[in-house]
Amino acid sequence: MNGEGAATEAMSPPCGRRFRLLSPRLRQRIAFSLLWLAGLLAVVALVAVTGYVVARGLHLINLEFLLTPPRGGISGEGGISTTIITTLYLVALVVAISTPLGVGAAIYLAEYAGEQRWVEWARFGVETLAGVPSIIFGLFGYALFVMALDFGFSLLSAGLAGACLVLPTIIRASEEAIKAVPREYREGSLALGATKWQTVRGVVLPSALPGIVTGIILTIGRVVSETAVFYVTLGGSYRMPRSLLSGGRTMALHVYYLATETRAFEKAMATATVLVLLTIFLNLAARRIVGYGQD
Amino acid sequence: MQARRLKERIILYLLAFCALAALVTLLLIALFTLKEGLPAFREIGLGKLLLGKVWRPQREQFGLVPMILGSIYVTIGALLLGVPPALGCAVFLAEVAPAGVRAAIRPAVELLAGIPSVVYGLFGMAVLVPLVRRIPVPGNTGYGLLSASIVLAVMILPTIASIAEDAIRAVPREYKEGALALGATHWQAIRGVILPAARSGILAAIILGMGRALGETMAMIMVIGNSIMIPRPLNANPLTLVLSQARTLTGNIAVEIAYATGLHESALFATGVVLFVLIVIVNNLTRLLMRRRK
Repeated sequence: MNGEGAATEAMSPPCGRRFRLLSPRLRQRIAFSLLWLAGLLAVVALVAVTGYVVARGLHLINLEFLLTPPRGGISGEGGISTTIITTLYLVALVVAISTPLGVGAAIYLAEYAGEQRWVEWARFGVETLAGVPSIIFGLFGYALFVMALDFGFSLLSAGLAGACLVLPTIIRASEEAIKAVPREYREGSLALGATKWQTVRGVVLPSALPGIVTGIILTIGRVVSETAVFYVTLGGSYRMPRSLLSGGRTMALHVYYLATETRAFEKAMATATVLVLLTIFLNLAARRIVGYGQD
Repeated sequence: MQARRLKERIILYLLAFCALAALVTLLLIALFTLKEGLPAFREIGLGKLLLGKVWRPQREQFGLVPMILGSIYVTIGALLLGVPPALGCAVFLAEVAPAGVRAAIRPAVELLAGIPSVVYGLFGMAVLVPLVRRIPVPGNTGYGLLSASIVLAVMILPTIASIAEDAIRAVPREYKEGALALGATHWQAIRGVILPAARSGILAAIILGMGRALGETMAMIMVIGNSIMIPRPLNANPLTLVLSQARTLTGNIAVEIAYATGLHESALFATGVVLFVLIVIVNNLTRLLMRRRK
């Protein structure tokens, strides 16, 4: 299969005329070795980064670390309980705001939209928003939610800015999931006399659910790992948030503050370890669900 | 019957409203960043902002050249370091890897994309910066373009690799079979036929990685040093440019926004506008290329 070595000089493709000395076979050998190396490099990078962080952080993680609040100070004394809670609040808030909007948008784009000019623009909006750097979302959230609407540095401001950030993610994932539902399902339902919306709600959405849930998990991952947006909208206090209008600090922000402001590397590594493990868990969960969907 | 039709109508409008949410968000972002940046554009002037070499908010000097160059240098560095392995990885996954190996490496690539940027930043601070600091050049702090480029290269690798892989897979099977039938080796088929056919998709992948690199914030703040200076070689050897500290456009916003007021704050929004325009240009390059591929 892999080119039976019969390649003659006469037909050798435009590549490698410079290396006449090496046979095509040998050149393939060398090239493929490099490709293997490139493939393995991805794994090495992953293992190096996560492995290093986990190796330095894991031994500090215990129930006490997870359940006591940070106490500040130079070495970042205390645990990370309040940052876990803040992260959870923020995830819930972002998911609650972005899911209805995002899934609604996906339903429209996949099921109802025609060739109208404004639909083109709506798609342009999704694509472009997906490429906007997160610090710009932060800047926008700061100008609109923190300042203009006077929500201050708060869970509410951060949640709204975060919802804007993840909107393209959830729209794309849901739209793909909805488009993957076989045509016959819809036709069957419509043939039975169901209206368009009844079909969407009763047939299309249930079939697309695994894909949509995957989108939501991706969203959660995004919120857990995001820093820039929340750095400029959430305030950064490590106290327990008491209402939607109090500020806070997510785990990712905590890592940043520990590493840069107090140089408390050990605690930063431990917090980062929790983050890494959570990321891996979310990744596996998303994979699982997609797997089920395909069965 | 009437009620049912009315309900369908209302739902249609609600869904259409949702469909516009992303566009509305985009417009609001553009509007607010522009509006807040306007005083800076008016009082400082576009020319001085874009061409001014000094950023000294206390003296009302707001030149973005150091940050623009910082962003560009670090992006180029990340592309130089990140693109070759990313493309190698893409070709490997699409053409060379046995199914079992592919099943192990693909998830690793996806996971690499999901690791929080602060974790990359932390790794950079704890491992790369001390390593780079060992390069014996006076004035080398370890923080700077080299460390930042390495971190960024790893961060854009999964983006580029997975999109380039899709592009390579989209090349019709017959192209490859034709080349093989003519007696080419598999590698000759890859280089001579498959890669040229996937060229525009691969370019789009690189451009997307470029967008990610330009937009990265926190990991950059953590390893690039953040000095407001035009990056320059530390001594007579021009290669020491890579050891120079720098600050990116993104970092400029994040580091200063918390305490900025008045014209200074406006200048930071203007920084955002510059970044936004840069990204939209880059983003639409991708769209154009993707469209041409069809």
